[in-house]
Amino acid sequence: MTTFIIRRLLQLIPVLIGVTILVFSLMHLTPGNPAMILAGENAPDATVQAIEQRLGLNDPLPIQYFNFLADAIRLDFGVSMRDNLPVADHVMPRFWVTLELAIYSTIFSIFLGLIAGIVSAVRQYTISDISIMIVALFGLSMPNFWLGLMLIQYFSINLGWFDPTGWGSPNQLVLPIITLGTAGAAIIARMTRSSMLDVIQQDYIRTARAKGVRERYVVYKHALKNALIPVVTVIGLQFGALLAGTVLTETVFAINGMGRLLIDSIQARDFPVVQACVLIIAVIFVLVNLIVDISYRLLNKRIDLD
Amino acid sequence: MKQEENILEVKDLRTSFFIEGEEVKAVDGVTFDVPKGQTLGIVGESGSGKSISALSILQLIGHPGKIVGGEINFKGENLLDFSEKQIRQIRGNKISMIFQEPMTSLNPTYTVGQQIREALKIHQGLGKQKGTDKAIELLELVGIPSPQKRVTQYPFELSGGMRQRVMIAMALACNPELLIADEPTTALDVTIQAQILELIKELQQEIGMSVIMITHDLGVVAETCDYVAVMYCGKVVEYADVRTLFKNPRHPYTVGLLNSLPRSDVDQEELIPIKGTVPPPHDMPEGCRFAPRCPFATDLCHNHLPELKDVGDGEQIRCWIYTDEWDGDPEVKVYEPERTSENK
Repeated sequence: MTTFIIRRLLQLIPVLIGVTILVFSLMHLTPGNPAMILAGENAPDATVQAIEQRLGLNDPLPIQYFNFLADAIRLDFGVSMRDNLPVADHVMPRFWVTLELAIYSTIFSIFLGLIAGIVSAVRQYTISDISIMIVALFGLSMPNFWLGLMLIQYFSINLGWFDPTGWGSPNQLVLPIITLGTAGAAIIARMTRSSMLDVIQQDYIRTARAKGVRERYVVYKHALKNALIPVVTVIGLQFGALLAGTVLTETVFAINGMGRLLIDSIQARDFPVVQACVLIIAVIFVLVNLIVDISYRLLNKRIDLD
Repeated sequence: MKQEENILEVKDLRTSFFIEGEEVKAVDGVTFDVPKGQTLGIVGESGSGKSISALSILQLIGHPGKIVGGEINFKGENLLDFSEKQIRQIRGNKISMIFQEPMTSLNPTYTVGQQIREALKIHQGLGKQKGTDKAIELLELVGIPSPQKRVTQYPFELSGGMRQRVMIAMALACNPELLIADEPTTALDVTIQAQILELIKELQQEIGMSVIMITHDLGVVAETCDYVAVMYCGKVVEYADVRTLFKNPRHPYTVGLLNSLPRSDVDQEELIPIKGTVPPPHDMPEGCRFAPRCPFATDLCHNHLPELKDVGDGEQIRCWIYTDEWDGDPEVKVYEPERTSENK
């Protein structure tokens, strides 16, 4: 297991190099000269050239890339083009907010999705199954910014239960988590249901029943562990998507997260910040996939990862 | 045979599947007895209802199947009157079952030991340590080498034959009084088949349990069974002790089955297959189910269903030929199968 994890971590290196090349190229493939933007519209050529010199924009691209890489490893992404503060100061506080939001939402969707999926599968074709699947279809089809607005309208404005904006105190957390987690919960519910229905048909479930195992344990012990294998993939993908897709929710609830920072920076052509955000998201995504692979191994010993 | 005590008496068992509002009678009035300490073979082609009969005994029929009638008397108590909780206490404890597919009948995500221990925990309350010791003992009993090592392995690390041995160990965990073996050797190599059958026979003598052996293989029946119930289209057509059945089969279907089987104890010019095919469940003949394929069928057979009747010596036959109503050729009654050595 340990060797497996180490090997997988080493395998991440080429992936991450690929990611850094893409992120680096971002700056050079986008139209417009960052030095010119930085210097201002009517700045004299000398100023622009001075900035180009300072940022190393005149060096050959490979050299620029290696400088970028060396800095990135030390988590030094330079300074923001907007206010000359270190990029890390901009990104890190925002990153923690978004990470928290994504983790809580994922936990919410796993919890809700698994329960709904299991109930649905065990009571296939009953009223509970049909209603759960209809609700799940709604959850999946609803744009989450709209869901967010509706939740604010009802729970914050009409009932006054939760704060409509901000992030930090418990009553600020509830609505964004529901908003962001609902679609994931719906996907997990549908996935769990179909996976459970498939597993419950298997011969070993009949064997368990023939041993005198209680129906509850047949479902939670024998079926669920096998049914979870495909669900774990979906959960992993969901988490990655949430991390990168919080921008709408952050906007609706006025949360200062990384999603908004990223959009603002793109609009302001604040390349160092954009690069840092994209790189962080990519790294997290890759790590989540690693965790998914490890959970596979824990769930099904047959998957030989070495 | 009537003096012997029966551990299980199945009477007029009916199990149907309800598919799109239509009733498909998979088991349609099945009756048989399992004498204590003996082996009953249930033989029949695919779709004859033999597996469904076996699953019905432990009420393991899932949706859309349902037991719609009959009695399953186990040691004098009708299992069909039992609550879900009571039947769970029978399953894997008093009556155990092993299945056709050893490759898929074990849970891939738990170790062999965990799966054997489970039955011991449910029925005997054995803890982890005691359960593991007993599991190792059981693996040894079913002839698995180095059981200490195997007990911590996962099913995918074992071969098909080994997995079937694990299934047997699991089934025997609580010393059942009745073992139902649903085609236990069908999916295995011929050499492994013989080993598994031998194992079941040995264990049966050792523990003194009764066995129901479900198979489509008459060779397996000859090898292991004391009594045989021949099933056709959800009904028992002949019930006899194994010697009588092989020496003097009476139902034309049984005769047909034996004629289509290569044998070493009689001279055979050629194998004679049974003509036609098993009728589909939604298009059952009105009279005797076998009539369309039977060489002796008369109008009586085509229009009226015969009862399963005692014909002496504990033998039961569902055929008009052996009744007073028989309107066909009277010679057929003393029908001697062509393949017996005296005739050649």
